[in-house]
Order: sequence, then structure tokens, then C-alpha cells
Amino acid sequence: MDMSSGFSLLSIRPIVPELTMICTALILLLLDLIVKKKEVVAVVGIAGTLVALYGTLRLYGFSEPLTVFSDMFVLDGYSNFFRLIFYLNVILTICISLRYMVIEKASFGEYYALLIFATTGMMIMASASDLIVLYLGLELMALSTYILAGMMRKQPRSNEAALKYFFLGAFSSAFFLYGISLTYGLTGTTNLKDIAASLQTLNITGNPMVLLGLIFMIVAFGFKIALAPFHMWAPDVYEGAPTSVTAFMSVGPKAAGFAVLGRVLFSAFGAMQIQWDSILIPLAVITMATGSIIALAQTNIKRMLAYSSIAHAGYMLLGIIAGTPGGLASTANYLMIYAIMNIGAFAVVIMLRREGFQGENLDDYMGLAKSHPVASALMLVFMFALTGIPPTAGFIGKFYVFMEVIDAGYTYLAVIAVVFSVISAFFYLRVVMYMYMRDPREEVALATSPSMNFALAVTAVMILVIGVFPSVLLDLVKFSIPGLL
Amino acid sequence: MVKYILIPLLPFIAFVINILFGRNHIKDKAHWIAVPAVFASFILAVSAFMDVLGGKVININIYSWIVSGDFNVSIGFLIDQLTAVMLMVVTSISTLIFIYSIGYMHGDGGYYRFFAYLSLFVFSMLILVMANNFLLLYFGWEAVGLCSYFLIGFWFHKKSAADAGKKAFIVNRFGDFGFGLGVILIFLTFGSLEYVKVFENAGSVAGQTISILGYQFDTITVICLLLFCGAVGKSAQLPLHVWLPDAMEGPTPVSALIHAATMVTAGVFMVARSSPLFNLSASAMATVAVVGGVTAIFAATIALVQNDIKRVIAYSTVSQLGYMFLALGVGAYTAGIFHLYTHAYFKALLFLASGSVIHALHDEQNMQKMGGLKKYMPITYWVFILASLSISGIPGFAGFFSKDEILWRAYLSGGLGRFLWFLAAAAALLTAFYSFRLIYLTFHGKFRGTPEQERHLHESPPVITVPLMILAVGAVAAGWVGIPPIFLEHADRIGEFLAPVLGHPAGEGSHAEELAVMGISIIAGLAGILIAYIMYIRKTDLPGKLGAMFQPVYRLLYNKYWVDELYGKTIVQPTLKASDRIILGFFDAKIIEGIVNGVPALIGAFSRRFRTIQTGLLSSYGLAMVLGAMFIIGFWIFLR
Repeated sequence: MDMSSGFSLLSIRPIVPELTMICTALILLLLDLIVKKKEVVAVVGIAGTLVALYGTLRLYGFSEPLTVFSDMFVLDGYSNFFRLIFYLNVILTICISLRYMVIEKASFGEYYALLIFATTGMMIMASASDLIVLYLGLELMALSTYILAGMMRKQPRSNEAALKYFFLGAFSSAFFLYGISLTYGLTGTTNLKDIAASLQTLNITGNPMVLLGLIFMIVAFGFKIALAPFHMWAPDVYEGAPTSVTAFMSVGPKAAGFAVLGRVLFSAFGAMQIQWDSILIPLAVITMATGSIIALAQTNIKRMLAYSSIAHAGYMLLGIIAGTPGGLASTANYLMIYAIMNIGAFAVVIMLRREGFQGENLDDYMGLAKSHPVASALMLVFMFALTGIPPTAGFIGKFYVFMEVIDAGYTYLAVIAVVFSVISAFFYLRVVMYMYMRDPREEVALATSPSMNFALAVTAVMILVIGVFPSVLLDLVKFSIPGLL
Repeated sequence: MVKYILIPLLPFIAFVINILFGRNHIKDKAHWIAVPAVFASFILAVSAFMDVLGGKVININIYSWIVSGDFNVSIGFLIDQLTAVMLMVVTSISTLIFIYSIGYMHGDGGYYRFFAYLSLFVFSMLILVMANNFLLLYFGWEAVGLCSYFLIGFWFHKKSAADAGKKAFIVNRFGDFGFGLGVILIFLTFGSLEYVKVFENAGSVAGQTISILGYQFDTITVICLLLFCGAVGKSAQLPLHVWLPDAMEGPTPVSALIHAATMVTAGVFMVARSSPLFNLSASAMATVAVVGGVTAIFAATIALVQNDIKRVIAYSTVSQLGYMFLALGVGAYTAGIFHLYTHAYFKALLFLASGSVIHALHDEQNMQKMGGLKKYMPITYWVFILASLSISGIPGFAGFFSKDEILWRAYLSGGLGRFLWFLAAAAALLTAFYSFRLIYLTFHGKFRGTPEQERHLHESPPVITVPLMILAVGAVAAGWVGIPPIFLEHADRIGEFLAPVLGHPAGEGSHAEELAVMGISIIAGLAGILIAYIMYIRKTDLPGKLGAMFQPVYRLLYNKYWVDELYGKTIVQPTLKASDRIILGFFDAKIIEGIVNGVPALIGAFSRRFRTIQTGLLSSYGLAMVLGAMFIIGFWIFLR
């Protein structure tokens, strides 16, 4: 919108959800000073997110993208769909955190405020149509998650995670900024649509400097979504961070990273698809290989899930490589499904943690089915979903990504992905095997709570419902595409 | 629409409840879940049948699971005349057999499991018959096979039962492999798996050829033969019939429901369902007819000399299924389905009644150790008589009308059909003989078992006898819906009813011919009964003498033509030996062992090696990022 027409309230409608989230986070900070019970803070946080969700749903399904702030910020179907992932992520994370953070003696009010701030950052990233705004959102998200990773102040492991994440994150930001500056220098703009136009009018799509800028940006996004070889922070940070934060980080920043990767590549560098495809293809293969193979050797389930999340990033990347609207939609679809199943799996991991018992080793799952049949059955559902076995949602996610990449002519990539899926079945199903076919070594008690049960029920039911009725989700995804292209 | 969905869904719900809560909560009350569910299905099926009778054909797509381009995995039901008949058969007989099982399986340790699997079977069978596309049909097809495997091996601690389950499953693999290929070929040819679309376009595909190993084959014929492969396996036709007699290791209600009345007829149903395709291929039709006709007489001859009461009936089932395929092969689809429907009643009755006998004798199945049971078990005896008269084709009974229709149609089709008619008529004589041999050995004469067994002889409780009596009504009266026009105009109700789906069989014959064919089959049936009477009531030393006189023939039949041994020698043992030698000796030790241990070791080694890259040092992580970026840049900017 042009500024000269005055600043009417209506023109800020697209950022109402972001404003709601910011206000919620600020209220949480204040509330933390007044109330003793952190549960209240958490509940208010969820309530604020629900209000933002309501705002997003009111704006859902608009055919025309709404832009504000001189085209720097756009609200379209694409960003709306990613917002749904972020809301789901933050609500479920809060639900699984409540009791866990008390057990970890890290139950601070700012924890919830930071979760909301980070989510706001992700939302801004997904909606940014200008590289500067994108960077703003990225840093808001990143700074919040650095702190979240170090939330367990007394534990060296947590501090180490935070520090590593911070340094490497800053490093990746430098890559990103360098990429922006190169792009700006060559095209004279930071607006995504204008970059696309300049690339055409100046006819510089073959210019190595443009490509260099693009590569730097891909490196930075690759860091956020943990693509090999920019993934190395992930296992250490995932293991050291509080488990609830790991769940949050393995979904949120990854989804936001994919959102911006998709948007930047498709709307700014759409003309250079051949180039970025040939950069992403080897990255996807290396990522799938690294994630699936190294996960085999892990005995710590958090590390295993960290490598699993790396492998999944490789599968998701296939949708973007396909380079079609359908491909991008299949990636978005996969991200939503991945969010649900991954948080579900982490929820079970969190349940095993209680005072004096870490519950992070694979051996702790031995014979769990005998003492806790329901929790084991849920874990089975999550592991089957992560493997991609029908009729769970995980199958639907993989199926559409593979289908799109085959339709785009990269059949060999689908074959490679299937091979790595089979390899990954080994470490997912090993958890199931431990639970059902081994004898328990010691009695494991579970730390449950109503909010945890809620999160588990929601994730498990959604996995099965989407697995059996995929159209529920696919209809939502459909809206995400026309806005972008 | 909900009504139609509930028909298969109710048994599925019963399965879920019983399998989840059966072991700890429901236990021996499992039938309180399963029986009402299947009965409600029956009521709904009747209602659906009424809808179809009123002229409605229901074709609903409930939902699409996966849509991707042309490929559409959807769940949808087609309830036309053919499906309506199948629904009635499946649900009515299931209900009766469920009730029977309450008595028969009483006190079994796996009571809840039995009802759970049986409910799952009914669900799968209903999906199979209600599907409106080949993929869902395939799902039902595999699911009933799986249930059959569970139920044959229900007493899995008994080695013979576990082996029989495996045998059934493996033999069916052969057929199902072909079936699966057939379904894929249908998709490749028609670009769709929906019945309506495939059958609509069948005509335009006729004449197209497909290249296999450089030779050109008619596409439709290849599809039909591949589909028929599946039918041969599932319906136990030559040469894949070997699993069905062994499947009698399962509990008797399972034999009655799955291995007589419903699942084994799935092949017949599937061929009838695909009739628009089969009609386009004369050679596929001829194959179906020959396999059916030869199986009919082949299995009947084996049944002549068997001593295990359930095996006699099992071979009889194989033989009767042969009749059905003969009918399909000569284009008389309605006759085939008609026989499927009457056969379901009298064959289920025969099995359940033999179950009643086995129950009374505490699991004795050898007929040579029975005899004289008539006075102890009058109800069982009389229903046995009715079912046997029906299968023997005695006028007025159900089996007469359907079998006669098949024989008449085979005769009419001329040429090869005439020869097959001759085989089938001869088989009719054998059928009557073995059926009454069974009755005379079991119920007449003196009791030949132990005195201990004799003391405990008793008629079965009402929970068993009442389903028998209801089925007996079906075994007698089920055929009255298909009285040939020669006796009564417009009385071939089932033929007219099915005609919109299956068409009218071709061929016309004079009344005199029809009466002659009918007369021959009646004479064959009566002669068979008479010979059995002479051999097993009047001159009881005759069987032994004949056996000694024609010893090679007797041994050939008694050993079932040594087909099992043949397969054992030519397929099973070579495979085992080869696998012993190659796999155990070489492959397993070197290659498989190598792969099994080596790949994880290799990956593990890789994995550990890679793990060491993960030093935990911040600087090396940063270095990896830079190197990664450098590599991409170097490759894309300087090398190109």
C-alpha cells in the first residue's frame, strides 16, 4: 500500500495476528511478575495464540494477497498455511512443557513469552516479501530460540547447546546478510518481486555474482532447516536443549526456513530454477544420507530424533526441487504432518523424564509396552508415521512429495529417497521393537499431566485422521499455493 | 448412504472391540459383540437387497484416499444385482455360522480371538463384494486371504494346523501374484480401476495387443488370464487346489464359512464381475471352462475314496467350484452365480452338520470309525440327508436347479462345451455317490468307534441344531427362485434379476433336448445314490473287493493323484534343497550372512566414522559450513 493514502487501521489487517502474538508475549512478561503459578502464564499464552489463530482463520482462503508497508509484508494463502503450523507448534509445545519444565527446575515465565516471540518471528518470516523484513523475522526467531535452548541454566549441556547454536546461528546470519547485499548490489532492490523483475530486465540470471548471492542465502536457510553439511549444530543442540524446546526447534525454525526458502526461490529467483535445482539436489541427497545413516548408530533418542529431523528435511526438500506449485504444496503438506508426528514423538520422550531419571536412552524403552501399553501404542503410531507406513499421515506426506518429484522428472531422487526411507525404518522400528519385544530392565514411571495427555491425543488422532482422510489437510494446503505464484 | 457403509463397518467395529478388549475384558462373551453386529449387517443387507429389487443400482464413491493424476485410490461401493445376491449369501450364512460357533467354540481358550478374526473376515468379504473398483476388490481379496490364514492356523500350537495355514497362504501367493499383475495391467490399459470406466471402455480396447518377450498377445486375453490366476488360487481350482483340503485343519465353522460358502467363491464372483472383459476373449473363456470342468470331475474322483469326513466335503467343494467356473466359461454367468448361491447353503450345512458329528465324537474325523449315528443324532442325520439330496441334484432340491442350469448351458455351447458337459454329468454321478457314501458310513450300520465314545454320543445343543435346521430350509428351497422356464414361465427369477449385470446366456435348444439333458443328470444322481446304497448298505464287502481289484486306481485316488507329492518333489523339495545348498551353504554363509551382518556393520562403521566428524567442537562445525559453501561456490561458479 502507498503511504500517502494515510495510515488507516484497515491497512494493518494482515499483521493483526503478529500484533496479537507480540501483545501476548508482552502480557506474559508482565504476568510473570505478578502471578506465582506459571501454569497461568502458559494458559494465557495459549489463549493469546488462539486469538491470533482466530484472526488467521478469518483471513484464511483469501484469493488476493494483501500487502502492507510498501509491499514489504504480504499476507497470502502460503503464509497463512505456515502460520497454522506455527500455532500448532507453539500450542503443543506449551502443552508438553508444563510439567516437564518443573521437573527440569526451569519453569520460568519468560520461557512461554520466548516461545511466543520465536513464533512471531517465524510468522514474520513466512509473510516477508522483502529480504530485510525476512531478516528481521529470522533474528527475532533465532535470538529467542538461542535463549530457549539454554533455559536449563544450571546444566552445562544446555548452556553448551545455547552457545553453539548462537555462534553458528550468527555465522549463518552473516552468510545471509552477505547474500542480501550481493543481491541488492546487483538488482538494486530487496523486494522479492522486484528482484525477479530486475533479473529479467537486466538479463543477469546467468551472472555468477547473482548466483553467489543466491548460494549464500541457501546456505543460511540450509542452516535453519538443518541441511547437510550445515546441519552439524542440530544433534548437539537438540540433545542439550530442554526436550520441549527440542520439539519446538525441530519443527518451528525448520518450517519457517522452508517457508522462506520456498518463497525466495519461487518468487524472487523463479527464473533461475535450473541453477538452484542443481544446487539443492546434491544437498538433498547428502542430507537424506547423513540423517538416515548416522541415526542408525545413535543410542540417545533425542539425538536419534535430531538425525531423523535432518533426514526429513531432505525429503521435504524434494518438493521444492520439483519446482512446481504442486511440489511446493507437497512440501508444506509434509511440514504440517512432520510437525504433528515429531511433537508427538517428543511428547513421549518427555513423559519418560522425571526426577532423577533421564529417560533419554533407547534402553529405557525396553519392555515399555508391558508396563505402559497406551504410551507404547502412541509411540508406535508416531514411529510408524515417521517411517511413513500407511495408514498414518507420514505416508501421505512422503507419498505426495515423491509423486511431485517424479512428475517433475526426477524419478531417481524418489528412488534414492525411498531407499533412505527403508534404512530409516530400521531405527524407528527399533524403538518399537525395544518397547514390544524386549523385557523391561527396570520399572519406568511416566510423568503425565492433563495437558500432556491432550497433546498426545491430538497428535495421535491427527496422524490417523490425516492418514485415512488426507483430504482434510490437502484442502487446507490447496489455499496455500495460488497466493504465491 | 450410511446404511450401505454400515453393512461392512459393523463387523469391523465388532472386530476392533473384540481384538482390543477381548483378552482382558470380554473373554467368553465375545459373541455378544460379534453376533449382533453381523446380524445387523444382515438386516441392512436385506434392506439393500430390497432397494436393488426396487430397481435401484447404488454406485457411491465414499471418499478418495489418494488422488494423484490418473491414479486414484478411492473407496466406493457398487451395489447392483450381483452384489446384492452376494450380500445376502455372505451375511445370512455368516449370521448362522456365528450363532453355531457360540456352541462349537464354547470353552476354547481363544474364544474372543475366534470371533474377532471371524468378524474381520466378514468385513473383508463384504468389502470384496461391495467394491466399485479393482483396487478395493484387491484389498478385500488379500484381506480375506489373511483372515483365512489366521483361522486355518487358529490352533497354531498344532503343527498340522500351522502348516496348513502357511500352505494356504503360500499357494495363494501364486494366484494372487497373477491377480495383482492383472490389476496393474488393467490400470495401464484403461487408466482407471473403476469398474464402470473399465467396462465402458472394454470394447474399445478389444483387439489391442501387448508385447511380452517380443510376442504379441491380445491385451484383454492377458488381463483375463491374469485375473483368472487369482481366481484359480482363491477358489482352489486345478492346479492350485492343494491348499483347500488341508485348510480343514481350521475349526469347522471356519471351514463352512470361509472354505465353502464365501471366500472360496470369491474367484467365481470376481470372474462374473469382470464378465464384460471375459466376454471379449474367447480363449480366456475356454480356459475358464476347461479348468472348471476338469476340476469338477478330478476332485469328485478323489472324494470317492477319502475317509476323513471333512476332506470328502472339501473335495466336494473343489468339485462344485469347478461347476461354477464351467458355467462362467460357457458364458452362463447367471447359472454360475446361481450355483454359488445354492451351494453356499447346502455346503455350509454339510460342513456344520459334519461339525456336529465331530463334536459328538470328540474330534474324531475318520468315517471308518463312525457308523450308526442316525439314532443318536436324528436332527443332524436328517439335515445331512437334505443337504446330500440337494448336492446330488435330486429334483425339487436347491442343487438340482442350479446344477441342471449349468449342465444345460454347457451342453448348449456345443463343441468343447459338449465334452465338458459329459465330464460334468459324470461328475454328478460321482457327487451323488460320495455324498451318500459319507451318509451311509457315518449314520448307518454299526458304530465302529470305541465304547467310550459310544457312551457319550448325543445330539448337539439347540445353538448348533437350530442354525442347521435354518440352513436346511435354504438347502431345500434356495433353488426355487431359479425354476427353468420349461416347467414354469417367468419362474427363473434369479436369472432375470441378474440379467442386467451378467446378461442372458447365449444359445437356444429344443425342449426335448433340455428334458433329455435334465433326465441324464437326474439318472446320474439317482444312480450314484443307488451304487452307494448297494456298496455300503447291502454288500458291505464290495468296497474292499473293488479296492483290491482296482488297486492302482484306488491308490491313485486315495493319494489324490499324488499331486501333493508331485509338487513336493518338483517344487517344494527342489526349492528347499536349492535354498539349503545355495542359501544356507553359500548365500547364507557368504552373501546373505555377509549382507545381513555386513550391511549393518558397514553402515554402523560408516555411521561411527561419520559420528566422529561430530566432534562437538564449535570451530569444526563452522568449518564444515564454510567448506560446504565453498564447495558449492567452487563447483557452480568456477568450474562451470
